[in-house]
Amino acid sequence: MLLIHCPWCGPRDEVEFRYGGQAHIAYPGDPGALSDEAWADYLFMRDNPKGPFAERWFHAAGCRRWFNAVRDTATHRLLATYRPDEPRPEVGP
Amino acid sequence: MSGPRRLPDGGTWIDRARPVSVRFAGRELAALAGDTVASALLASGIRDAFRSPILGRPRGVVAAGVEEPNAYVEVGAPSFEAIVAATAVPVVDGMEVSPRPGMGRLPGGDVPARPAVHTHRHVETLVIGGGPAGRAAAAEAAAAGGRVLLVDERHRIDDPPEGVLCLPSTTASGIYDDGYVVCYERGVELDRVWHVRARRVVLATGAHERTVAFAGNDRPGVMLAGAVRTYLERYGVLCGERAVVLSTNVWGHEAALALASAGASVLLLEPVPVPGEVPDLAAAGVEVRSGWVVVGTEGEPALAAVHLAGPAGERETVPADLLAVSGGWNPTVQLARAIGCGLRYDEAGACFVPDGTGPDWLEVVGAAAGEVPPSAPLFRIEAGDDAEKYVELQRDQTVADVAAAVGRGLRSVEHVKRATYIGTTIDQGRTSGTLTAAIVNALLGWDPGAQGPSNPRPPYTPIPYAALAGLDRGPRLLDPIRTTPMHPAHVARGAVFEDVGQWKRPYAFPHPGEDLEAAVTRECLTVRRAAGVLDASTLGKIEVVGPDAAVFLDRMYVNRMSTLPIGRARYGVMLGLDGMVVDDGVAVRLAEDRFLVTTTTSGAAMVLDRFEEWLQTEWPELRVWCTSVTERWAVAAISGPNAREVVAALEPSVDLDPAAFPHMAVREGEVAGVPARILRVSFTGERSYELHVPARYGLGLWEEVLRAGAELGLEPYGTEAMHVLRAEKGYIIVGQDTDGTVTAEDLGLGWMVRTDGSDFVGRRSLARADLRRPDRRQLVGMLPEDPETLLPEGAQLVEEAGEPPVRMVGWVTSSYRSPVLGRTFALALVEAGRRRIGTSLLAALAAGPVPVRVTEPVFYDPEGSRLR
Repeated sequence: MLLIHCPWCGPRDEVEFRYGGQAHIAYPGDPGALSDEAWADYLFMRDNPKGPFAERWFHAAGCRRWFNAVRDTATHRLLATYRPDEPRPEVGP
Repeated sequence: MSGPRRLPDGGTWIDRARPVSVRFAGRELAALAGDTVASALLASGIRDAFRSPILGRPRGVVAAGVEEPNAYVEVGAPSFEAIVAATAVPVVDGMEVSPRPGMGRLPGGDVPARPAVHTHRHVETLVIGGGPAGRAAAAEAAAAGGRVLLVDERHRIDDPPEGVLCLPSTTASGIYDDGYVVCYERGVELDRVWHVRARRVVLATGAHERTVAFAGNDRPGVMLAGAVRTYLERYGVLCGERAVVLSTNVWGHEAALALASAGASVLLLEPVPVPGEVPDLAAAGVEVRSGWVVVGTEGEPALAAVHLAGPAGERETVPADLLAVSGGWNPTVQLARAIGCGLRYDEAGACFVPDGTGPDWLEVVGAAAGEVPPSAPLFRIEAGDDAEKYVELQRDQTVADVAAAVGRGLRSVEHVKRATYIGTTIDQGRTSGTLTAAIVNALLGWDPGAQGPSNPRPPYTPIPYAALAGLDRGPRLLDPIRTTPMHPAHVARGAVFEDVGQWKRPYAFPHPGEDLEAAVTRECLTVRRAAGVLDASTLGKIEVVGPDAAVFLDRMYVNRMSTLPIGRARYGVMLGLDGMVVDDGVAVRLAEDRFLVTTTTSGAAMVLDRFEEWLQTEWPELRVWCTSVTERWAVAAISGPNAREVVAALEPSVDLDPAAFPHMAVREGEVAGVPARILRVSFTGERSYELHVPARYGLGLWEEVLRAGAELGLEPYGTEAMHVLRAEKGYIIVGQDTDGTVTAEDLGLGWMVRTDGSDFVGRRSLARADLRRPDRRQLVGMLPEDPETLLPEGAQLVEEAGEPPVRMVGWVTSSYRSPVLGRTFALALVEAGRRRIGTSLLAALAAGPVPVRVTEPVFYDPEGSRLR
């Protein structure tokens, strides 16, 4: 069970959190203008890297706030957590 | 009673002044406080008490710890345990145990589970293993400051270090991410599961001795040499008086020395030269034979003699009641491996040791790190029948079995494990893993280090389910139970409850002598003919507040909420990004910047989550706050032709004239003397008033409604009548009539979806070609030709009967008997369903095809005249 550093609450057990998939995929400004392919790409296509991966987490049983994290998918280690309005930090595996 | 094998003195863990009453299979043991069940058995001279699970061969105690492959017992008293290692369980007074081969069992009847609790603990350093290396690490950590916890699976920790919380009888079951370790403490009266979060974990789990594969090595009386020494030094038990010791390493020689010092006659065999400095055995009277091996054993059922072979081909049989074997030491690395530490082969120890990889918060020390005596790489004696050389005692697997698996083309230990089941037993192959790997490697002509034992997983040793459950037992503590403020009144009235998520909701309120079906029929007719009241408090309720609340709700619902006037309500449908319906409910505008959104009972948490996710992650600029108020408000929903009169009898502060307070309006005021929100929304098709009052007034309001409504024919109704009434009107239940592949258009709710070009969640997906196919499954009504036939929900619908496979065109989603229609009816999702209205289909039931007519999904009052 990961120890996750919520940007607002500090380190808490993973059971308090919910996973939210890849981060930094913004809702399109004008979805109606997108082709079916571009919409499907937004809706379904996600990266699946081996190594650092920016993803969303939700402190569901805590402050109920969303934040982002960089996790190394090879080691399952969280390298950084940051607020949604912050840019992805530069962290290596 | 001291027992025939107990020496007159010695034994650092036993208390000779405190005999303990322990019965093994009905027989009283010579047990002392401090004994394990196994040491008490051995002290009592019981050598062959066990049977192998597969072949039923006689077996005895082999080890002195959790690596034991044979000696498993069921504990009957003082509290039941299905299966535990006799070598790891301390005796207690009044204990009753019996042998239990291979697998535990639950006896019939009500056996009380051992009580257990869970404890969370945060420490700077957790040390696993209370041997010399573990104690040293713990003492060092304590000296440096910070909380230190030391756990050991054995029931005693010698010389506990100062300033360290030491827990004996506590097994680290698994090490997980970021220093999270689950430990199981087997208590005397209370078990405890420790959830430890440690900044640093020190693994000092020691090493387990391994046997050597020689013919007859499973006979009772063949034991691990280190275990023999443990029984001697800690328990004062001499496991044999005429001992043969087969050793490949110094610790095996030390065991021989200890046996001789205790008075046994000892013959030591050194099949291959032993590395390192060996003790002077000759001086202790031990006969040492280099180059000699064991080629067989005899004795029924326990060991009486050992067959030896010498380097020049000599053969000799020597009488013996103990054959102590040390084939080297395997660092206990299972916990480390399971969290990602790698292994490397160590030539000196002829074993696999941690290679230094793994989490940076984990440190392996002592024997577990590879500090074991150098050992000659001897795993198997060539001479003798391979089918008698046991590799895994608990699965009765021999060198011949391993060879057969390899002969079938298996090369990986993982495959051999799955072919032979070696390592899949309760002992997790602790004595057999490295041995199997070595034999597979040798059979393939590979280096001894080519591959190590198969991958371990937590738990390290079995944990009883009762311990994992802890206090979360029984109907009240397993899962929270949510009840409404009116619950006591429902109980008093004899309601039959159903579980809706965690909620207890009245399914029906049967009268005395009335069965459930009759009750539901009566409740339905009461609502249609007079009035009924439903406890709708479980309805999800979210207040959406802020200057941008209307803008936000417009984006979440397919229809517009910003145009809703204050004091009015609107039915809304919510889609996922894929365009499918995820929830429905009514939005009420209480003020310019304040909405009350109701959701389905089961969708309440999900809808709040969605709102918060969109607000936080996509539209943080919107000034909107969402608050769940589900439990703040109790709701009595009054429905039926007399509903207005019932509410009027409660002396509301608002004008009930339908012109002033029409359907789909909301008023705030007082009802029955308490503050209330009154919503004119209907889930039955009848004139309805939902009375929302602060939760603390819920019970009182409910009783007032029943009292005031009695002379107007009002009675309470439950969820089943609610289901029938809503289905008669074709009102859907999301999750019952939908399944995540259904659009608003499919439900006949396409008219709700706004087409003004403004965006809402899911809108773009509705433009996909697939969502515009004319043959999509659509919601329709369904009338069986035989009005008495009740279709099962989920029944599949086909166009024609015939030999299977027959193409399915849809299925029944809701099906009831309608008291007001005097017949059965159903709702269904059917391919191109609306085009089929007026045609017939067949419901494919197990008893045969049942003809049904496809209809409009509204069966009662299609004009909606009764709502006003």
